Amino acid sequence: MTNTEAKTTLSVTIDGEVFEARPGELLIEACERAGTYIPRFCYHSRMKPVGMCRMCLVEVDTGRGPALQPACMLPCSDGMTVSTETPGTRKVQAGILEYLLINHPLDCPVCDKGGECPLQDQTVAYGPGESRFVEEKRHYEKPIPINDNVFLDRERCILCDRCTRFADTVAGDKLIHFMDRGNNTQVNTFPDEPFASYFSGNTVQICPVGALTARPYRFKARPWDLDETVSTAWTDSAGARVAVQSSRDKVIRLLGIDSDPVNWGWLSDKERFAFEALNSDDRLTAPLTRVGDHLVPTGWSTALERAVSLLSDADPDRVAVIGGARLTNESQYAWAKLAKGVIGTDNVDSQLADGLDPELVLGLPRATIDEACTPGGTIILCGPDPKEEIGSLYLRLRHAVVHDDARLIELTPTATGLSPVAAHSLHPRPGEVADLARALVEAANGGPAVSAAGVSAEEISSAAVAIDGSVTIIIGRASLAESADCVTDAALQLAALPGSRFLSALRRGNIHGALDSGLAPGLLPGRTTIEAGAARFADAWPSTPASRGLDTAGILAAAADGRIDVLVLLGSDPINDFAGRPLAAAALETVPNVIALDMLVNDSIAMAADVVLAASGATESAGTFTNLEGRISVCRQRVTPPGTARADWMIASEIARRLGFDLGFDSVESIRAEIAAVSVVHSGLDEKALAEALVDGLLIGGSGDIMVPGVVGVSPSAHDAYSLRLVASRSMYDDGVALRNSPSSRGLARSVTLRLNPTDFDKIGVDRGTVVRTESAVGRLLVPVEPDPGVPVGSAVLPWAAPGSPANTLIDPFSTVTDVRVERA
Amino acid sequence: MPTHAYVPHAPGYVDNDGPKIITKRFPLEDSYTLERSEATGGYAGLRAALDRTPAEVHTEVRDATLLGRGGAGFPAGIKWGFLPPGKFPYYLVVNGDESEPGTYKDRLLMERDPHQVIEGCLITCYALGLAQCFLYVRGEMALAQERIARALNDAYAAGYVGRNILGTDFSVDITLSWGAGAYIVGEETALIESLEGNRGMPRLKPPFFPAAIGLYGQPTIVNNIETMSNLPWLMTNGAEQYKTYGSETSPGTRLFAVSGHVRRPGVYEVEQGVTTFRELFYGDNFCQGIREGHELKMFIPGGGSAPWFFPEQLDFPLEARPVGAGGSMLGSGAIVVMDETTDAVKAALRLVRFYARESCGKCTPCREGTTWEERILQRIVDGEGRPSDIDLLLDVADNISPGPYPVAAHPDAGLDAIPFPPRQTTICPLGPSSVAPITSTIRRFRHEYEAKITRRNSIAVSAGSVEVAS
Amino acid sequence: MSRFSLDNESIAREIISRYPRPKSALIPLLHLAQEQDGWVTIDAMRHIAELTGTTPAEVMGTGSFYEMFKFHPVGRYVINICSNITCQLMGAESLLEHAEAKLGVKVGGTTADGLFTLEDVECIAACTEAPALQVNYRYRLRVTAEDFDQLVDDIRSGTARDIPEHGTLSLVRQSIPADRGAGIVPPEQAREVSVWMARNDAAEQN
Ligand SMILES: Cc1cc2nc3c(=O)[nH]c(=O)nc-3n(C[C@H](O)[C@H](O)[C@H](O)COP(=O)(O)O)c2cc1C
Ligand code: SF4
Ligand code: FES
Repeated sequence: MTNTEAKTTLSVTIDGEVFEARPGELLIEACERAGTYIPRFCYHSRMKPVGMCRMCLVEVDTGRGPALQPACMLPCSDGMTVSTETPGTRKVQAGILEYLLINHPLDCPVCDKGGECPLQDQTVAYGPGESRFVEEKRHYEKPIPINDNVFLDRERCILCDRCTRFADTVAGDKLIHFMDRGNNTQVNTFPDEPFASYFSGNTVQICPVGALTARPYRFKARPWDLDETVSTAWTDSAGARVAVQSSRDKVIRLLGIDSDPVNWGWLSDKERFAFEALNSDDRLTAPLTRVGDHLVPTGWSTALERAVSLLSDADPDRVAVIGGARLTNESQYAWAKLAKGVIGTDNVDSQLADGLDPELVLGLPRATIDEACTPGGTIILCGPDPKEEIGSLYLRLRHAVVHDDARLIELTPTATGLSPVAAHSLHPRPGEVADLARALVEAANGGPAVSAAGVSAEEISSAAVAIDGSVTIIIGRASLAESADCVTDAALQLAALPGSRFLSALRRGNIHGALDSGLAPGLLPGRTTIEAGAARFADAWPSTPASRGLDTAGILAAAADGRIDVLVLLGSDPINDFAGRPLAAAALETVPNVIALDMLVNDSIAMAADVVLAASGATESAGTFTNLEGRISVCRQRVTPPGTARADWMIASEIARRLGFDLGFDSVESIRAEIAAVSVVHSGLDEKALAEALVDGLLIGGSGDIMVPGVVGVSPSAHDAYSLRLVASRSMYDDGVALRNSPSSRGLARSVTLRLNPTDFDKIGVDRGTVVRTESAVGRLLVPVEPDPGVPVGSAVLPWAAPGSPANTLIDPFSTVTDVRVERA
Repeated sequence: MPTHAYVPHAPGYVDNDGPKIITKRFPLEDSYTLERSEATGGYAGLRAALDRTPAEVHTEVRDATLLGRGGAGFPAGIKWGFLPPGKFPYYLVVNGDESEPGTYKDRLLMERDPHQVIEGCLITCYALGLAQCFLYVRGEMALAQERIARALNDAYAAGYVGRNILGTDFSVDITLSWGAGAYIVGEETALIESLEGNRGMPRLKPPFFPAAIGLYGQPTIVNNIETMSNLPWLMTNGAEQYKTYGSETSPGTRLFAVSGHVRRPGVYEVEQGVTTFRELFYGDNFCQGIREGHELKMFIPGGGSAPWFFPEQLDFPLEARPVGAGGSMLGSGAIVVMDETTDAVKAALRLVRFYARESCGKCTPCREGTTWEERILQRIVDGEGRPSDIDLLLDVADNISPGPYPVAAHPDAGLDAIPFPPRQTTICPLGPSSVAPITSTIRRFRHEYEAKITRRNSIAVSAGSVEVAS
Repeated sequence: MSRFSLDNESIAREIISRYPRPKSALIPLLHLAQEQDGWVTIDAMRHIAELTGTTPAEVMGTGSFYEMFKFHPVGRYVINICSNITCQLMGAESLLEHAEAKLGVKVGGTTADGLFTLEDVECIAACTEAPALQVNYRYRLRVTAEDFDQLVDDIRSGTARDIPEHGTLSLVRQSIPADRGAGIVPPEQAREVSVWMARNDAAEQN
């Protein structure tokens, strides 16, 4: 062994066997890698050890004789000798278990955790025989709700500090805490302040006993009745890995899987509980057709006939497809092939004017989450609030900043969930973020700092100084009330930072898969354009579009103008989701024919659909998912779709067949084979590689043929002193149809308020909570108003899609910014 | 001149013969004021220190072998040397949380001579380049807080504390902080947690001692009030002079609080290593014997956490090493004397109850084990004990502190001492401390336990006649 | 219920300024709240959380660890009788019994008039003066049954003037004059070695 090798491993003797541990590795981890499991309760590999439960005590000799040491706190050192099975260790372990059980209710038969409980398992393995404790146990009120979904049974709690540590160090929501002392210590919330955390479900997952339980799963099943499969969370673009568990062909629980490059085992509650919408009583179990004002169930052949007749009668240029981010990669590809190859329209867009120019997302040098979280690096957030939109990404970023010395610089219109840990929070005026980016880059590259977009030169200069190490820029839409061009221009400015890379924060489910599948005007599958990539599709597709089609705003404008005959809603709801409700409404009213594929009837379908084709959901069909890094992971089927609902790719094949063309697909594998064959970037996508990357997924890198677009050169009009500039941003829970159908999430949407800087608030001269009239060039809303110092002067912040007060009522999708007047109602 | 008597305004303090390193102002009624302090040599030690380099001051303290007075008796000069170079800022935390059962000395030092404490802090900060000092006073000690607050305000105004102290380049702030009722906060890492505004739950050490990672994650020196109080004298008179008192391994004097069944309980400044327990209990200068008509049964030599001693150990000197080898510790200088009227089981229960009440709750064995011990003892005392309870008690204790527990020799029974310290399954020594009264008393007075347990049986047997008798 | 009064809020800010991090002031601020209201109210904890940038759950989590903080109203005079080892040896048990009888409440109880709360506490560092007690943290030493009665009577008649109402600890507050402070800053703003340490190097060079 050479000297350099000697430094990279440490030799540790574990029960007589020599094992090479890594420097800094904790003994408990080294033993586990060596195949010796040390019992534990408080230790969790994704959190700082606290050494509280004392279950992991083992005899360790570092040259001064054997001593009991907690393996979870002890870093390995060279020459260390560990004995995990001496009589002394066994006695201590039995003693700890006896202590943990003396106050435990031993109600395993009625406990949700029964059958998968570390306390139960370890008692069997290491525990004492009988309890010698004859006294009365500790008593607490049995389970108390600590928020709308999570219950706490303090009698079962063994005080391992996992939930409280998670709330504090991982989520940053310090709303549950140890209270009281010693033998009376208990976990609790502050009176009347629930554990209102977007991440509360994680505490249920990591609780080593049945003290924390979640409403959606309580009393639903026993672990031995569960079937489980691997999948990917579909409610945002992080691609968090999940285990989907079902009982009697019904999904009843999702657990986070510890995927090292992605979610580390954590999930947002939205990801965790969103499966409830799949079990909704309102799920479509059969196709629907319109009869007068009503949508009525019908058979598949009738529905498909109807759809196909609409499509075959239409001029391809007058057909448009909106949506697709809900679909698996395979279904997206099938739909791209159907729309662009068979029907022959390029009016296809999976974004609803809430995204970015696809060529920007695909063309810029891309970072992985791990790269963004490089210890000591710089993260520039020029996008949405990750805490509200992409929970798993938020947790990773927060960890990098709080525990790994990364510096976060925010260029956001208002404070975000990361602001408390950000090194610099710069809030440009809406529409002017590119000016701020330019000023920041100039200062960082040694130029003079000048004030920009309402941010002072001092703030810019001190933020510029903090830019160091690896630089990742997170781009996305912080506000849907300013145009995507503002972000494009800002991103192109920031690209001038040496070595910078980009991570997209487009949030919608499988949106990155949709862009990779060509569900955007001008694109073909595999990160190529209709111009550059057409040749590659000559064999597999009947044709490719000759000229660029319309994006969603263009499609809707054309539809409102009478220039679209058939609109396909591929899992989309423009009324609620498109940044510009008046235009969406006008389009849906005008367009003669609408075909929808969905799982639930949303507002747009109810208003305009002629045929609705019942689609299966994420756990009901197989496929793959592409996350915001470009990482492809599998989603396996766990349950059968309800009724006759079926996979989107099957519907595409069926329509194609009836239009006289065979897409050539009989399975998702066959689609993947075609993708790998036609796409340069997907050439490594084979079944073996996918199977091997079951947990972490396959990273698809490169920009393919895509070139970074040029600067748009936006310049928002000056606004008059009587107006405020609108910021409309999404929040975790809104009034979307899926959340409306999830009992656990339904109640969590915040009631809407318009938030103004206190200075602007005072000018209106009303009390906090008073309903005011908010009026833009295209619409008007009545909303309660409140002051918020996190909002810059001159801005007005309104959450997107809040129940009853849709912010998109106020937005004109074609203007750079949205000015509103706020007056007493 | 010593009065050889109690000093009324310093309750418990006996003005005695012998060297007075830290109590010299106690007899003066206004000893806590800046005027009196200055008039009697106050801040001379600081001036002496400022005339030397910080390194020289540190060396002086190291040379004096000034042992920490908080309990563990670690040499202050050596602890100071553990600060890792270049990880600035460093902090000083002064431990005035005094809560160990039997301990009464730091409160007197804070109430009677706060300027001496402050001066000691300043000398330490100067020697080590410390950025800020926190004086943490036990929450219940309102008068000590008041005296220190006034002394600090006066010392700031007079230029002893704050910016450019006495016109030099030395600047340091001293913040008075105070607790709110938690014995465990006396443990140094728990104290640091408390100062950070957290629950006072100890941190695991090793791997990191406060000198490496302490307050706010920065290198931190934690020293006791009495340790600090020695520094002004030490700076004025030098290490050589200091070492002329006490023994070689334990130089200087210490405050011992002797309480319980002695004729003259009190706080005495005593030369370490020279005086024995016997002299302290029976000497005319000191406690003047066990109370009238009674004899010594047992004593606790170093605070509630120390294993107990018995008449056989009377001739041990007041010195950490022999006491440790003899199966106990000198700890916080708290000596509790019990005569033959004392019920050993009840006395043990009272101390165990203390640890059960004061457990921070972090470690399973301490949180659950101390309460369980209390419950077993309580039922024995209540006459509800079972014959198996003694073994159960010992086994529950063994799961907190495995292996043979430190204990004094019992020559009559042919048993040797088991030296201090105990082994532990816990993070800090609090849990294991609960075992000291149990093993000490069971080994020596098992018959008292058995008597209580059999009495229960006899009550049960004669239950029928109880009514008649009443 | 009570947030800090304006005066107390400015005292609170001054206390916070004496620590490198605001959270360090939690315990002193909880004492200030108790001084204001006699106990720690829910609103006071909310106010403390605002002032220190913590959450109310953290404030309560810290506060409830410490025995002196009362989260419900207690008597204006809290009598703490030490029952730990030396005081027990010297008669604390009978003193406690006597106190219960005199006040007509059990340990932990508050008299009907809201004047007294009786507690049985751990060692209060007055062992040589056992049995000892504290009333609102003011000592009474070598207490006999008669002493106890006298104490209660004095408080009832308003003659025990050295004892403030429950919650008040030190009657003197520390204050650092603006021109005298060495400068208390968060640790990350104090990375430089203290200036006077240069004296070591200077001495070495000579
Ligand atoms: C449970 C426990 C309680 C303690 N209580 C005190 C105390 O009240 N005062 C004190 O100075 N040290 C106490 N200590 C010791 C401190 O941890 C620490 O060793 C001491 O303050 C260091 O000061 P010194 O080196 O000057 O002795 C306690 C230790 C333990 C384990
Ligand atoms: S031994 Fe007891 S007091 Fe010490 S850390 Fe553990 S639980 Fe807390
Ligand atoms: S797992 Fe190590 S102490 Fe809990």
